Amino acid sequence: MSEGSHNYLSARKGLWSWLATTDHKRIGILYAMACGTFFLLGGILATFVRTELGTPGETILDQDGYNQIFTLHGVVMVFLVIIPAIPGILGNFVLPIQIGAKDVAFPRLNLASWYLFIAGALMAVFGWLFVGNVDTGWTFYTPYSSGASNAVLWLTSAVFVAGFASIFTGLNFIVTVHKMRAPGMTWNRLPLFVWAIYATGIVQVLATPVIGITMVLLFLEKLMQIGIFDPALGGDPVLFQHFFWFYSHPAVYIMILPAMGIISDLMGTFSRQQVSGYTFIALSSVAIAFLGFLVWGHHMFVAGQSALSSIIFSMLTFLIGIPTGIKVFNWVATMYKGSVWLRTPMIYALMFLFLFSIGGLTGIMVGVLAVDVHLHDTYFVVAHFHYVMMGGALIGLIGGLHYWWPKITGRMYNETAGVIAAILVFIGFNVTFFPQFFLGSRGMPRRYHDYTELLPNFPEFAPLNLVSTIGSYILAVGLLMILVYALYSLFKGPKAPANPWGACTLEWTHTGRLPDEHNFHETPLVTRGPYDFRLADDVFGPKEED
Amino acid sequence: MNEQGSIWLPEPASTVAGDVDSLFYFILVTSVIIFVGVMGAMVTFAWRYRRRSENDRPQPVRESKLVEASWIAIPSILVAVVFVWGFRVFLELGIAPPNSYEINVTARKWSWSFSYPNGAVSTDLHVPVNRPVKLRMISDDVIHSFFVPAFRVKADVLQGRYSYVWFEATRADTFNIVCAEYCGTAHSDMYANVVVQSQDDFEGWLVENMDDGSLTPARRGERSYELEGCWPCHSLDGTTLAGPTFLGLAGRTRNFTDGTSAVADDNYLRMSIVNPAQQVVEGFLPVMPQQYALDLSTEEIDALVEFIKEQQ
Repeated sequence: MSEGSHNYLSARKGLWSWLATTDHKRIGILYAMACGTFFLLGGILATFVRTELGTPGETILDQDGYNQIFTLHGVVMVFLVIIPAIPGILGNFVLPIQIGAKDVAFPRLNLASWYLFIAGALMAVFGWLFVGNVDTGWTFYTPYSSGASNAVLWLTSAVFVAGFASIFTGLNFIVTVHKMRAPGMTWNRLPLFVWAIYATGIVQVLATPVIGITMVLLFLEKLMQIGIFDPALGGDPVLFQHFFWFYSHPAVYIMILPAMGIISDLMGTFSRQQVSGYTFIALSSVAIAFLGFLVWGHHMFVAGQSALSSIIFSMLTFLIGIPTGIKVFNWVATMYKGSVWLRTPMIYALMFLFLFSIGGLTGIMVGVLAVDVHLHDTYFVVAHFHYVMMGGALIGLIGGLHYWWPKITGRMYNETAGVIAAILVFIGFNVTFFPQFFLGSRGMPRRYHDYTELLPNFPEFAPLNLVSTIGSYILAVGLLMILVYALYSLFKGPKAPANPWGACTLEWTHTGRLPDEHNFHETPLVTRGPYDFRLADDVFGPKEED
Repeated sequence: MNEQGSIWLPEPASTVAGDVDSLFYFILVTSVIIFVGVMGAMVTFAWRYRRRSENDRPQPVRESKLVEASWIAIPSILVAVVFVWGFRVFLELGIAPPNSYEINVTARKWSWSFSYPNGAVSTDLHVPVNRPVKLRMISDDVIHSFFVPAFRVKADVLQGRYSYVWFEATRADTFNIVCAEYCGTAHSDMYANVVVQSQDDFEGWLVENMDDGSLTPARRGERSYELEGCWPCHSLDGTTLAGPTFLGLAGRTRNFTDGTSAVADDNYLRMSIVNPAQQVVEGFLPVMPQQYALDLSTEEIDALVEFIKEQQ
C-alpha cells in the first residue's frame, strides 16, 4: 500500500491545488474547515444567548440584540453547520472509498457545490454585517419577516444559494452509489453509512427546491408587495409556514439520517459484530426519506390549520417514529455477544443512543395532539430539538470525525483527552438542556429575552435558567478541548496505522495510512459484507481453526 | 397565586387541564420505563461483552424473530394508545360548549386587549369561574399566540383571520397570559393576566368598566392609550422605547429621517397616528402598525391627540 509521497495530501502542493481540487477527499476537508468555522461562530452565539438568559432582566444584550443573536445562532447552526456538515465532510471523504470508487460521479459539480455553499455563507455574513439586522428567527415566519429589514433578503438569498450546494451534493451521491460501486459491492454489502447518505441525497434533491422557491416568493413579496403571504395584501397568513415546513421537516432527516449512518458503522466496528437488523436499517432510511415529506403539519397544531389535518399529521408522525425507535433497539442489540471496544468514537456512539433516545421520546410527547397544544413554542420544544439536532446529529458527527480522523489526517489523537472531553460534553449537554424540559412544560415560551415578569408565578424559572447557562459553559469547555487536541494531533500526533480500529470496510482495509489521490491502486473486489468480521481474514489474519 | 403544581407542570386551573396532564404523565412514565430499559441493556452489553483481546472474533448472532416482533409490536401499540388518547383530548380542547361566554381578543405588538359583550374593554382578561369562555382572536400585525400555561390552552392569533380558543377556569385566581409566537422586540414583555372571578364579582367588574360616554376627551384618550396598545412603545415618563415618548411631545420640533423637520402640532399628531410611516422621527424605525386609521374612529383619534397634548 502507498506510504509517504503518493498519498492524497502530498500528491499536489500549494493553495491552488486545494482551491481547484476535484478530489472528493480534499473537498471534504474544505467542507470541514468551513463548517468548523461556522460551528465555532454558532457556538459563540449560543453562549451569548445562554449568558443573557442566565439571570433575570437584561444581562448582556438588550431585546433587539438578543433577538438578532438567537436568529443568527439558528441560521448558522441549521443552514451552515448541521445540514451541510456530515454529507459535506464525511460523505465526501468516506463514501466514494467505502464503495470502492475513485471519486464521486461528478467531481467538478462537487467542487462547485462547495463554492456555492461558501457564496451563500458570505451573503449571509455580508447581509448581517453591512445591510442591517435580522431578528426573524431562523424560521423567517411571515408576516413578521415581510415587514423586517432588507437584510432578510440577503439571508433568504443565502439560504437559496446554499440550497443548491445541498442539491448538488445529494445528486452527486445518488449517482455515485448507483453507478460507481466496485465489483462485488452489491446493495446489501453497502456500509450503512452509505445507505444513510444515499437516503439523505434523495431528500436533498426533492425537498431543497421547495425552500428555494419559498425564499424566492418571500423575496418577491418583500420587493413587489405581491400578496402571497401577507394578509394585509390579501395573502394567506399560514401559507408560508406550510411551505417552510414542507422543506424544513424533511430537512430534519437531512440532518439526522447521516448521523444515524455513522452510528451504525460505529456500533458494528466497535462491537466487531454484524449490525443487527441491517436490512431494516438500510431500507427504513429510504422509507423515512419519503415519509418525511408527509409530516410537516405537526409543526402547526396550534397555527390555525384544520383539526382534521392536525389529526392526520399526528398519525403520520407516529408512523415515522416507530422505525426510528426500532433502529435504536437494533443498535443496542448489535453489542450483544460482540467484542465491545470503548474507544472515543464508541463513547460518542453510546452518547448518541442516550441523548437521541431522550430526543425521540420527547418527540412522541410533542407529537401527541393534546399535549403539544400545551408544549408548542415552549422551551420543551427547544430542549427536544437540541437533544435530536445536537445530541443526535452533531454528536454523531463528532463521533464520526474521531473515527475517521486517522484516515483523514494520518495521525492519532490522544485517547485520554478524547475520553475526558467526551465526558465534559456529555455532562455539559445534559446540564444545559435537561432543565429546559422543566422550563417548557412549566410554561416558559421560547425566544424569550427575559422572564422577570413571570417570576412571581414561576419562581423556579430563575434557578433552572442559571443551571442551564452553567451547563452551556461546561459544554463549551468540552468542545474547545476537542479543538485543542485535534489541532495538536494534526501537527504532533503519532502516525496512525492504516486500520487502527480493526474495521472491515474498504476505506480501512484497502488503503494505506493516508489514501492515494485516486484512492486505490487497483479496483477492489468485494467478497463480503461491511460488518462480516468473522470473514475478514485480510484484517485479522487467517482464522485459527478450533 | 404561586402556580406550584409539580416540577413538570403548573397546578391545573381549567376543566381540560386535568385530562392533558393525565396524558402527559402517562407518556412520561412510559418513556422513562422504555428509556431505563434501553439504557440498562446498553450499559449491560457494553460491560458484559467488553473486548477481551484484539483478536476477538465474535460469532454472528442469529436474530430472534420473537425479540424483533416484540420490539416492533410494543412501541406500535403504545403510540396507537397515545395517539387515540391525544386525539380525544384534542377534540375536547377544540370544541367549545354551545353556552360559552364570548370575548373578543385583539393582539398587537406588544399588548393584548379584550372586549366584552357589554362594550367593556380591558388590558387584562377578566372571566367568570366555572363557566366556559370562548375567545375570538385576531391580530393587528404579525402572528402572536395566546397561551395560558395554567389552563393548558394555546392558539396562534393571526392577522386577517379569526382563531378561537376556549377554556373553563376552575378556581378564582390570577394567571399569566403569555405570547408564545415570536413577534419582535418586546415579545417577552407581551404578557397580561387572566383574572378569574366569581360570577358576581365578574358582573360587577363588567358594569364598572362599561364605557357610558361620560368621560372627557383626554380621559377617553387615556383609555385608548391603554386599550389600543400605545403604551408598550410610547412612554409617559420620558423613557425611550420602540417609539418616542409622549412626555413633552406636543409643540416640540421634530427632525425626521428624510432630513426635514416640523413642529408637533395637532395635525402632526393626527398624521402620526393614521399614517405613521409618512414621517419617521430620527433615531426610530418605521415599525408602528398602519391599521389605526381603520381601527379608531375620528372621535377616538381626537381624544388621543388631547391626551398626548396633556403630557407636558
